[in-house]
Amino acid sequence: MKPLLEIENLRVTFPTPRGDLEVVRGLSFTLGRERLGIVGESGSGKSMTGRSILKLVRAPGKVTADKLTFDGIDLLTRSERQMRPIRGARISMVMQDPKFSLNPVMTIGEQIAEALLTHQRLPRREVNNRVLTMLESVRIADPERVAKLYPHEVSGGMGQRVMIAMMLIPEPDLLIADEPTSALDVSVQAQVLDIIDELVKRKGMGLIFISHDLNLVSSYCDRILVMNTGEVVEECQAGELMNAKHPYTRGLIASIPRLDETRTELPVLDRSAWAKK
Amino acid sequence: MTALSLKNLDIFYGEAHITHDVNLEIADGESFALVGESGSGKSTVLKAIAGLAPEWSGEINVFGKPRSHGIDRAFSRQCQMVFQDPYGSLHPRKTVDATLGEALTIHGIGDRSARIEEVMSSVGLDRKFRFRFPHQLSGGQRQRVAIARALMLKPKVLLLDEPTSALDVSVQAEILNLLKRLRQEQNLTFLMVTHNLPVVSFLCDRLAVMRQGRIVEVADVADLKRGDLKDPYSRELMQISAAHAN
Repeated sequence: MKPLLEIENLRVTFPTPRGDLEVVRGLSFTLGRERLGIVGESGSGKSMTGRSILKLVRAPGKVTADKLTFDGIDLLTRSERQMRPIRGARISMVMQDPKFSLNPVMTIGEQIAEALLTHQRLPRREVNNRVLTMLESVRIADPERVAKLYPHEVSGGMGQRVMIAMMLIPEPDLLIADEPTSALDVSVQAQVLDIIDELVKRKGMGLIFISHDLNLVSSYCDRILVMNTGEVVEECQAGELMNAKHPYTRGLIASIPRLDETRTELPVLDRSAWAKK
Repeated sequence: MTALSLKNLDIFYGEAHITHDVNLEIADGESFALVGESGSGKSTVLKAIAGLAPEWSGEINVFGKPRSHGIDRAFSRQCQMVFQDPYGSLHPRKTVDATLGEALTIHGIGDRSARIEEVMSSVGLDRKFRFRFPHQLSGGQRQRVAIARALMLKPKVLLLDEPTSALDVSVQAEILNLLKRLRQEQNLTFLMVTHNLPVVSFLCDRLAVMRQGRIVEVADVADLKRGDLKDPYSRELMQISAAHAN
């Protein structure tokens, strides 16, 4: 089967007064209809990787690659106008914080309907039905009431579920989730991720899950890329993360406190050890 | 000796009744955690102690002295707070020096320069950061500044509102180590709010589980480590954490 997404030698650079700064340095991977996790600290380039797939890196940032194709479409040569039918409809992205990503002056129902109507014409009754079914499938108990609410009237967890509903209603082939739960409580986190997981499996979509939380990524993905300073330092199957070899990955794993913690001090990453340049 | 005691604390935001009958006794030098999900009222308890939620009834005592409902300078010398988000809690147009010096000015304490340098070195911030602005610092460095600010008045009690939840795991480890070391060096008492049970396990001695404004269980961290919490809700929280760990 042809891979959904092929990336070869992706580079993202930002100009600074002291010369160009490369935040993603020669990243390559292919993705089928599977769940890929990208892990790394802030500044490792993981979010920029997600954004460059949708061509959302704004000037003066520059994206170059030898190959960036999605389902046979060459994304590099596509203009802004040509990207529009892809964004949302084919590839969509769940952002980190529902507080800043939902439109505060539109009701939840209207926003979700907008995501659908941008890409296809449908009679109003059907739009309504689809919005309500979608809200139901992200486990919102009384969709009719919630559809009429404004974003400030719902909790963070519910806001994030609304975002997921909005991103999945056009039935994309690839979902990019950029830290979808870091603004949420542990108890709600699991719920939201289970919903994403279930929908991704049911619809056979590809998922790129970007997070700094190794544990979360390893329990919700098939394959994991570990990034540091713009490069992939390790690639492994999710189940084998605990046997990771690279000192950076091992350092990250060791720095997480455990429920039955006995160490008096947590090991800290020695950043000088493998930072090139 | 009891460092912080709360008796029958009920907190209100206008009409809304946030916490019901909260009772806690925290010993001098102890590290105590309040855990629970969003909306359980755990942060509100900290806010009431810090004076940011003045509508409460009951008693708040620090080292035996009751706290008034208004601004209380003697109280702020004993008890200081560190907030969750280091990106939001530092004034963007004040240098580290101005941020740290403000408390000294308010309390009319001299010897400013020496005190600032002392506190900066104790939280592991290099001197070169002293005249920088928050946007020139990383998240971990900002949280160090926020902790330094809380330590400027040499308080006995630190209120920590999710001090590491906005940080990366690797930076979280640095801040947790820092808090642990500071507590030993300065004999501080911690009251920490968090929803991250492994952090509690690393940093605290006892914990209280809150739900819907009430404390449902108070337990030793040893119980948590053994997975021996009694209340069904606490067990549920524990299971979620354990499921994520592996």
